Amino acid sequence: MRARTAAAVVVGCAALALTACSPATSADTSAGPGASGSPESGTVTVLAAASLTEPLTALAQQYEQDHPGVTVRLGFGSSTTLAQQIAEGAPADLYASAGEAALDLLPADARGDTTPIARNTVEIATPPDDPGHVASVEDLADPDLDVVLCAQSVPCGAAADEVLHRAGVTPHVVSREVDVKATLTKVTLGEADAALVYHSDVVGAGDAVRGVEVPADDNVVLTYPLVRLADRPEVTAFAGLLTSPAGEQALTAAGFLAP
Amino acid sequence: MSTAGPASARATRRTAGRPALSRAALVVPAVAAVGLVVLPLLGLLLRTDWADLGRHLSAPVVWPAIRLSLLTTVVTVLACFVLGTPLAWLLARADGRLATWLRAVMTVPVVLPPVVGGVALLMAYGRRGLVGRPVLEAFGVSLPFTPSAVVLAQVFVSLPFYVLAVEGAMRAVDARYDAVAATLGASPLRTFTRVALPLAAPGVVSGAALAWARALGEFGATITFAGNFAGRTQTAPLAVYVALQSDPQAALALSIAMLAVSVLVLGLLRGRWMR
Repeated sequence: MRARTAAAVVVGCAALALTACSPATSADTSAGPGASGSPESGTVTVLAAASLTEPLTALAQQYEQDHPGVTVRLGFGSSTTLAQQIAEGAPADLYASAGEAALDLLPADARGDTTPIARNTVEIATPPDDPGHVASVEDLADPDLDVVLCAQSVPCGAAADEVLHRAGVTPHVVSREVDVKATLTKVTLGEADAALVYHSDVVGAGDAVRGVEVPADDNVVLTYPLVRLADRPEVTAFAGLLTSPAGEQALTAAGFLAP
Repeated sequence: MSTAGPASARATRRTAGRPALSRAALVVPAVAAVGLVVLPLLGLLLRTDWADLGRHLSAPVVWPAIRLSLLTTVVTVLACFVLGTPLAWLLARADGRLATWLRAVMTVPVVLPPVVGGVALLMAYGRRGLVGRPVLEAFGVSLPFTPSAVVLAQVFVSLPFYVLAVEGAMRAVDARYDAVAATLGASPLRTFTRVALPLAAPGVVSGAALAWARALGEFGATITFAGNFAGRTQTAPLAVYVALQSDPQAALALSIAMLAVSVLVLGLLRGRWMR
């Protein structure tokens, strides 16, 4: 009898523990000061590729400061996952994808207004002390190196596979992570000797990783399209900031190439 | 109950006027509760492409994931049995402050978000971890990204469930049996294996089932600590998550397979031990 009670309690806890496991990453910039008197108000929901985390967070904060009535809500993840979530009905006003492949997953009526906001290339990231002595893509062929890539189904994984294919290199891959930030984390934690991520991720990580550039012949360039899914004035205005010279400056400062 | 007292008689009179309303106050939330659990399962069953289920189940992502999940969860349950049963027995027969603290510490993974568990595992067994760094330097062995890491993550999250369940069962074993065994000359180890374990067997089985179910569903700690690589560390839940991006029907087929295995195990346990 006591055993069964204990088991019931444990099952209840199990339910709690399981619901606590949520893989989707999301970030919500703090709500604006909420002061009235500004001509604009409302909420802009942006779902964006994980690689855009730093510049979009900075731009959203700047926008909220300039427009105190507007709240910008940001969600980051793999472009593929986000496009699927939008197709399943996730509320989003703007969607920014790494590369254009994920756009095919959007519902047909959501592909209308698309503007490129940036471009990105693939780069090797290693821990700062470079335990695997990586100086080129060819060095990744060393079977003693633990290499981490993005999953084949997300843009950075497809781009990494293309780079390795062009270079004719087959590395010892130990994990294929769900998005580019998870891939980079394995290097910043020192668990992997090298990862293929975007140039902007290496720039964003600062001293936490060391970047090894991939020559243009082996590299791929991904365009980042911004898809406008709503026509409200605050949405148009925030999209306008992303495509403005100020937005381009923030993106290039974060390591992206101009569109 | 034939000996209903005056209190229950009063209660009956108070609610007798509006029995339909009072019944609805119970039935409506109860139906909502059932709906919350049943609707997602129904959605899974209805969205599955049953005609081509066999073809989707033969997608390359499916079988390696199921095989790895079965292999690692069985090892996990064995580890829980070998390590957790003695601990449960010691805790069941201890009353001191140390036992109270141990019980609390062992319960932490139950409430800890699994991803945090994965980070904690990296800090302990990662290449730069508390144990991981010296082991790597001494033996050249590193745990992350291996099937052993998958097992370690599963043991971390499921051992507490096992220990709590088995400890409850062993507490229910009358302490006089221990005393009798001791007077007959049995050592503590013999008392444990010959008296406590057989008497607590139903609790051990239900604890093992709980641990197995928790290990089978493990996602956060595994992807954080062991990574995600087909055939080596990509268990069934990881494969479902990743396949949903590239081959949703394979993800649904794998989900159906996991649902079937779970229901089967639950059914067997209900019939045999968990009445």
